[in-house]
Amino acid sequence: MKKAKSPVTPGNIQTKQSIGSSEPVVNSSRRRALLAGLGAAGGAAAAGLIAPARAMADPANLPPNVADWSRVLGPGVDAYPYGMPSKFEKTVVRRNVEWLTATPESSINFTPLYALDGIVTPNGLCFERHHGGAAEVIPEDYRLMINGLVDRPLIFTLDDLKRFPPVSRFHFLECAANGGMEWRGAQLNGVQFTHGMIHCVQYTGVSLRTLLEEAGVKPKAKWLLVEGGDSAGMNRTLPLDKALDDCMIAYSMNGERLRTEQGYPARLVVPGFEGNMWVKWIRRIEVGDGAYMAREETSKYTDLMPDGRSRRFTWEMDCKSVITSPCPELPCRKKGPQVIKGLAWSGRGKIARVDVTVDGGRNWHQARLEDPIMSKCLTRFYLDGWEWNGDTAYLQSRAIDETGYVQPEMAALQAVRGVNSVYHNNAIQTWRINPTGEVENVRLA
Amino acid sequence: MSVWRNQMRTVVLAAGAAAFISMAVSPASAADRKYPALGAAATPEQIQAWDIDVRPDGLGAPAGSGTAPKGEAVYIEKCAMCHGDFGEARGRYPVLVGGHGTLKDQRPEKTIGSYWPYASTIFDYIKRAMPFGDAQSLTNDEVYAITAFLLNMNDVIDSDFVLDASNIGKIEMPNAANFIDDPRPDAQAVKVADLCMKDCKPEIKVLGRAVIIDVTPDKGGAAAKAAAKEAAAEPAAAETKAEAAPAAQVAAAPAGDADAGKKVFNKCKACHVLDSAKNKIGPSLQGVFGRTVGTADGFKYSKAFMAAKDKGMKWTDENVAALVASPKDFVKEHIGDDKGRTRMSFAGLRKQKEIDDLLAYMKQAGGQ
Repeated sequence: MKKAKSPVTPGNIQTKQSIGSSEPVVNSSRRRALLAGLGAAGGAAAAGLIAPARAMADPANLPPNVADWSRVLGPGVDAYPYGMPSKFEKTVVRRNVEWLTATPESSINFTPLYALDGIVTPNGLCFERHHGGAAEVIPEDYRLMINGLVDRPLIFTLDDLKRFPPVSRFHFLECAANGGMEWRGAQLNGVQFTHGMIHCVQYTGVSLRTLLEEAGVKPKAKWLLVEGGDSAGMNRTLPLDKALDDCMIAYSMNGERLRTEQGYPARLVVPGFEGNMWVKWIRRIEVGDGAYMAREETSKYTDLMPDGRSRRFTWEMDCKSVITSPCPELPCRKKGPQVIKGLAWSGRGKIARVDVTVDGGRNWHQARLEDPIMSKCLTRFYLDGWEWNGDTAYLQSRAIDETGYVQPEMAALQAVRGVNSVYHNNAIQTWRINPTGEVENVRLA
Repeated sequence: MSVWRNQMRTVVLAAGAAAFISMAVSPASAADRKYPALGAAATPEQIQAWDIDVRPDGLGAPAGSGTAPKGEAVYIEKCAMCHGDFGEARGRYPVLVGGHGTLKDQRPEKTIGSYWPYASTIFDYIKRAMPFGDAQSLTNDEVYAITAFLLNMNDVIDSDFVLDASNIGKIEMPNAANFIDDPRPDAQAVKVADLCMKDCKPEIKVLGRAVIIDVTPDKGGAAAKAAAKEAAAEPAAAETKAEAAPAAQVAAAPAGDADAGKKVFNKCKACHVLDSAKNKIGPSLQGVFGRTVGTADGFKYSKAFMAAKDKGMKWTDENVAALVASPKDFVKEHIGDDKGRTRMSFAGLRKQKEIDDLLAYMKQAGGQ
């Protein structure tokens, strides 16, 4: 466990860009009106911020009074056979950006990272990405076929899969397009939208290696076609060595059966690789001696470089991190101690170290990493003891994985990849804390 | 589709299917398995039905053929409403044609012609996933024909080229040579040991701010909308009930099964919504029953529907039923457009029960 230096304070940095009080932080009169209406002292309405249900506490529920919930009976057991989050947490939901896609059946939404602690994403908040809507597969009618270059083509029921020796592992799943809207500059004002195409759960299932050994892979085999049972028949090519290494066919997430939108009743888990390959509702695996070059690995999920050529088979997710508090959704309401916390991950292994700056990269401080630190899994980090003195501050985090890879700045990425590669943006993110306490997404030189 | 299958097809042809099946489940191979009780042998029939992929070398390409002119007819009917008559696309649906020489531009246009490295991918994708919302409904001939049309539109093949299994793996795509394998990790300017920790930068310069771009979805988003809807729903529902009562006496209660109709509506929902005023590729159907034809707010209708609007035609039960039975015939017979021109590329529901069920569901789910 790394120790953070504390306390750290930002210098009073002068920027070239004016940050005088005349500059509107939120350019919406409606938001100013809301602020006035709430009578809040600090800035409580950064763009994308979800306003609390009520601005102030009700004295009737505070000592020396006794609140109602301390007097009367609450609901009994079974009032909610499947428990839901508190009604006061209703705004913590997945959200989408409508202008991104033509239709919600082939679209994506975002995990509310600002509202989450630890490293596990609750099942109902795991972002969704569908290509033909979420298939509703009847579990009794589910089948998984393995064919192609195998000794024995096989077909499994869901019950068959559950009778193999199970494995359980924690892994993050990140869409290759996470941060894809930020290549040219700071565009979306919220960590949910800049980094929310990621979730991390504990999967339980059967090792893909076990299933392939049952079928008997022929020596000529090099590639697998993995194919979903949805109306897009989502298909990708997976290299055989990865399939035999750490992939699995999962039927559970976080202890319960997969959610419909996450591939119920079975999905592929490809640790560290881009989310598009984690085929949901998986119905077929074909073993072959050549790559299949499906639409999703040629037309999409290839990375266009400035010289007009494109990178293909860009499977691994580079090491990356982001500060999840403060962030545009979680402004600094008061001066004084702040919780700086964030998430770091790498598709190549474990997180080794995370550095945090509060002055835009002038000075860096090693963050405290929290156990457990697992391979190809989210890692939680904190910078303890930072006191915000009310000055403009620029927060960033920089992750380093066990291979020695250092999360780059956007300028370094752009120097190699230009701005049209869409996928695999793992650049360092900057949040600016304004003197009002509002936090915004900015791009630094 | 696999080498295995092609080899085995030869075996099947030579020896007959029965001999083949017995070979596939021979006890000798089962003995090699660690868990022989789990799973069953996949039969050739099962494999053939599900194994629809086509590889760049043409492996897996099925029997059948098509040309661009044949493909154009199918394309106009089943693809153009999203991808545009010339592959130029409507809304944010993918552009399929053009974009040649734009890959180094500020705004590159990645189309089949300018970007896709293999012709097989077109066939593979259309066969499995298109038309959007009615996947795996096209015949192999239709898929070959649409593929030929798209290749022709992109100047890859001539219009008389007959595309089939023998040549789909030999077509050279213009951008095929421009794909390279992943060279990452890249952009590693500094090694860990050399990372600066103190006084690393003289000044901080802000290049841009998301709040200036102002494209972030409004606060609350879907959750806020849902909550607002929930709050508004009860009184609104009560009002609707009161008002709907006399109308119900005029239009007989639908005979269909709304639950079954929900499934039928799956064929419609790629293009239409019932529960909001939002237009997709087709107009919103919220409150469509009783509405004048061609009046969904903000939707750009075709000429035929604008003519029906001018005549004051209403969406009665009979008209809705006639439309979903056959959009083309409806436009011909009810609106009077002799060629039955409509952008609604839906073949129609054949069974009366499906139509009844659909109408029942539409009324329940926002159509009324």
